[in-house]
Amino acid sequence: MLKVNDIDVYYGNIQALKGLSLEVNEGEIVTLIGANGAGKSTLLKTLSGLLKPKRGSIEYLGSAIDGKAAQSIVKAGISHVPEGRRVFANMTVEENLELGAYLRKDREGIKKDMEHVYELFPRLFERHKQLSGTLSGGEQQMLAMGRALMAKPKLILMDEPSMGLAPLMVKNIFNIIEMVNKEGVTVLLVEQNANMALSVAHRAYVLETGKIVLSGSAKELQESDEVKAAYLGGL
Amino acid sequence: MEWIQQLVNGISLGSIYALIALGYTMVYGIIKLINFAHGDVFMLGAFIGFFAIARWDMHFIPALLMAMILCAVIGVIIERVAYKRLRNATRIAALITAIGVSLLIEYTVIFFRGAAPEAYPTIFENPSFNVFGVQIDTRSIFILTVSIVLMMLLQFIVHRTKIGKAMRAVSHDADAARLMGINVDNTISATFAIGSALAGAAGVIFGIYYTRIDPLMGVLPGLKAFVAAVLGGIGIIPGAMAGGLVLGVVETVVSALGFSLWRDAAAFVILILILILRPAGIFGKNAREKV
Ligand SMILES: Nc1ncnc2c1ncn2[C@@H]1O[C@H](COP(=O)(O)OP(=O)(O)OP(=O)(O)O)[C@@H](O)[C@H]1O
Ligand SMILES: [Mg+2]
Repeated sequence: MLKVNDIDVYYGNIQALKGLSLEVNEGEIVTLIGANGAGKSTLLKTLSGLLKPKRGSIEYLGSAIDGKAAQSIVKAGISHVPEGRRVFANMTVEENLELGAYLRKDREGIKKDMEHVYELFPRLFERHKQLSGTLSGGEQQMLAMGRALMAKPKLILMDEPSMGLAPLMVKNIFNIIEMVNKEGVTVLLVEQNANMALSVAHRAYVLETGKIVLSGSAKELQESDEVKAAYLGGL
Repeated sequence: MEWIQQLVNGISLGSIYALIALGYTMVYGIIKLINFAHGDVFMLGAFIGFFAIARWDMHFIPALLMAMILCAVIGVIIERVAYKRLRNATRIAALITAIGVSLLIEYTVIFFRGAAPEAYPTIFENPSFNVFGVQIDTRSIFILTVSIVLMMLLQFIVHRTKIGKAMRAVSHDADAARLMGINVDNTISATFAIGSALAGAAGVIFGIYYTRIDPLMGVLPGLKAFVAAVLGGIGIIPGAMAGGLVLGVVETVVSALGFSLWRDAAAFVILILILILRPAGIFGKNAREKV
């Protein structure tokens, strides 16, 4: 479904991704783990069109999307749940969800999907008129995920959804990630919480200073000594 | 009773400031630029309205609409030609460019038609009417009506329409807005279009109220509207409306108390006070609602 081919991405003179390649197949949950500053968010921003690769190509459903504007990538069915949630704090929960469906015209479908998001996150429904800036961190994460789902994506990119959340909320969020995946949405999940991420993912990649250093099925990586030592707290 | 008249005058003057201030505040909210050419768009609006009414015999409403539409187009051109390429430049570079655009507009107009003032045609037969013994200027009521309608329309656009929601989203977080599929460039252009249309409308009603217009007429009202925007909290729409009204009323009161020579100074005294006492402006508590 998604094929990243040998991309280089720079911030000015600083190279953040160095010849990175990876692949995501339809229906999978693929997780990308790596230390702070490895380039995980950079990869997601490149996939969603906020950054352009200097070299290499990105293929999605058979056509090249590298260098395309963010809006055409959203239109093609890729939604990005950004690091730190980035909800529109000055707007209500409902307005945030509406913005998620910004490019859609099918009113009926939008209404149905909004109801579905409220089913997934009943807490959001209780607070649909509340300004999203006043939500708790966990609620904001739910909102960021709900907002991304409102675009009706085929592929959803999630950047550290568990960041700063209490264990119970983390569990809840990961349950929902699995649920969304079962409904047919492919997931590329960036995580620091490698334990959790590997437990829900089918396959995984390990990123270090802009390069993929390890890949395999989630199970394989869970058992790999390198991963255990570096990302699973030496369990 | 004279006080009521003065208050009405102050509110109408203030609603002109408010209309101009809205453009300042919306543009600031979305690209953090103080658009110093905004007062000149107001001047262009006044001239377009003048030509429409005096030369082409148009009615007031069509003339107002024409001024608004042309000013919207001019605003978008200014943004695309001068400011767009400076999005990632330093703020001071953009600010200096804005001052350059302002001078360019003023002296282009002077180049083509000279600096002489023009007298706006009168559009009301009865200059004033009487309500319970209070003599009310017809034009004041009229200005107030137009301003209120436009401000309500703006509130509707910003809060209820798709483009309004996009404007608020971009002003809050442009990258997050891109991830929603919002076209940030078009949204910024729309903000300039709306702000400039309001300034154009302000130009026409200013002409009708004060009857005298000239190519440099935008300088002082532009600066004062900027003060109004800062007073209300720059980037905050209701703040610009409130700031404009407060400024208009204060100026009128200062004149009415016999200090008419100090009238223009009042705005700048307010600016200094607000910057010292409450730099975020009246409405700027914790950067609540931008654009
Ligand atoms: N806007 C930027 N300008 C310059 N350098 C940047 C910028 N954003 C990120 N970088 C650099 O690019 C590298 C990769 O950053 P990135 O945000 O992708 O890391 P990450 O893997 O997501 O880390 P974290 O887990 O802390 O979120 C880092 O060295 C970072 O300093
Ligand atoms: Mg990151």
